[in-house]
Amino acid sequence: MPEHAFHNPDFLWRNPDPKPSYDVIVVGGGLHGLATGYYLAKNHGIANVAVVERAWLGSGNAVRNTTIIRSNYLRDESAALYEHSLKLWETLAEALDYDLLFDQRGVLQLHHSQADVRSGTRLVHALRLNGIDAEWLDTESVKEFCPLINTSQDIRYPVVGAFLQRRGGIARHDAVVFALARAANRLGVDLIQDCQVTGFEKAGDRVTGIVTSKGRIGAGRIGLVGAGRTPLLAAMAGFPVPIQSSPLQALVSEIVDQVLNCVVMSSGVHVYLSQAHKGELVMGAGRDGYTSYAQRGSFHIIEQQVADALQLFPLFGRIHLLRTWAGIVDVAPDASPIIGPTPVENLFLNCGWGTGGFKATPGSGWVFADTLANGRPHPLVVPFGLDRFERGDLLDEHGAAAVAH
Amino acid sequence: MLQIRCPWCGPRDEPEFRYGGEAHLRFPGNEADPAAWARFLYYRDNPAGAYRERWVHTAGCRQWFHVIRDTTSHRILGSYRLDEPPERAR
Repeated sequence: MPEHAFHNPDFLWRNPDPKPSYDVIVVGGGLHGLATGYYLAKNHGIANVAVVERAWLGSGNAVRNTTIIRSNYLRDESAALYEHSLKLWETLAEALDYDLLFDQRGVLQLHHSQADVRSGTRLVHALRLNGIDAEWLDTESVKEFCPLINTSQDIRYPVVGAFLQRRGGIARHDAVVFALARAANRLGVDLIQDCQVTGFEKAGDRVTGIVTSKGRIGAGRIGLVGAGRTPLLAAMAGFPVPIQSSPLQALVSEIVDQVLNCVVMSSGVHVYLSQAHKGELVMGAGRDGYTSYAQRGSFHIIEQQVADALQLFPLFGRIHLLRTWAGIVDVAPDASPIIGPTPVENLFLNCGWGTGGFKATPGSGWVFADTLANGRPHPLVVPFGLDRFERGDLLDEHGAAAVAH
Repeated sequence: MLQIRCPWCGPRDEPEFRYGGEAHLRFPGNEADPAAWARFLYYRDNPAGAYRERWVHTAGCRQWFHVIRDTTSHRILGSYRLDEPPERAR
């Protein structure tokens, strides 16, 4: 582990050695793992908990995402889960006593054809029926809400309307890591970094502990929150998961003045763009086509993303690209998460958040902590179990991605 | 960007190809139970290391073929035709 790896403000939490055993071990110290640890202690009074992380806190997708928060999912099951999360975001900074720069600046999803408009207005109605804020804007109102967008009707894919969720927005992702880690630590949760899981200990069909680079640790219950590395963890525990791990790339520009007042996305033209509080334009590209654990992708994906963004924002043509990176995302066949029990007793799964996990951070942690504490799925995640693939009861949310992945 | 050797056209850049996922899947048979169908339809191997997968040369000869690729480095270890065994990969 390089020395610089721990230049995060480690005074926000202890760096304890693992105890011989815990009531619950959460494998994976990303945002969902940290949130799970925090809510286990806060909501369920279970503080004898370890969150184990193979690298360091804030080393992976937790700080490699595009920080966008929204709950515009079509299906009732998904809408309930993501809206639960958005509601938690609305009070999270206060609960954690940490400025998360959570900013409900609005998420605007552009539509470019009549077919697009039909699916967009259907989404507006579906969300309203579920009590979630959603509006439909015509081209003129789009221009009024976000004047920078090129709404000229003579471009290849003109803007003919847009979906708007005003309660959607962005937050500062590394602040969320720090805040959750500090809060979990204060409640007594052990955050164990540089601790890679290399195997599971079992008694019959029941898991009893993990084998790690820091030795054996016993556990009453274990939650796997390994994102892109979940298939490797599940294979060690002896069962398969229907997950494919691929690179998902994002990019930021150099820092410019605040010019963009909302989140803009378009699946038709493939744009996913917002401006961080510091000033960088943050863009999310499409998923690379192939499976990978290499945390990098192909450059033609970036080139395409920039070309698409410039069609809607010709003004950005002279801004320099500063940095690109890739995270490994775990995507299920129906693009919905998999949460609940596994074929191994006392071992629970929370994965498949794939291309859209940041927004779900508090909701995912909340329901998974409840699942681990009670040994059964939280009512909101019953439809999201691993068993849905055998029943053929899939939760198709491919259309919910901000861009086509 | 990957450079992939199409068994018919030789080495070409990645954007000419489309990915087809895990190779050598077996149809489970009409009598298979729901678990076997779920495995066939939804479960794909996802190893860290050498992976046998299918690609199609969409913007070229439009043939499907097999590739062995290391998923931890993206290094392509070889490609072979659908009617060839993996040992023939080069």
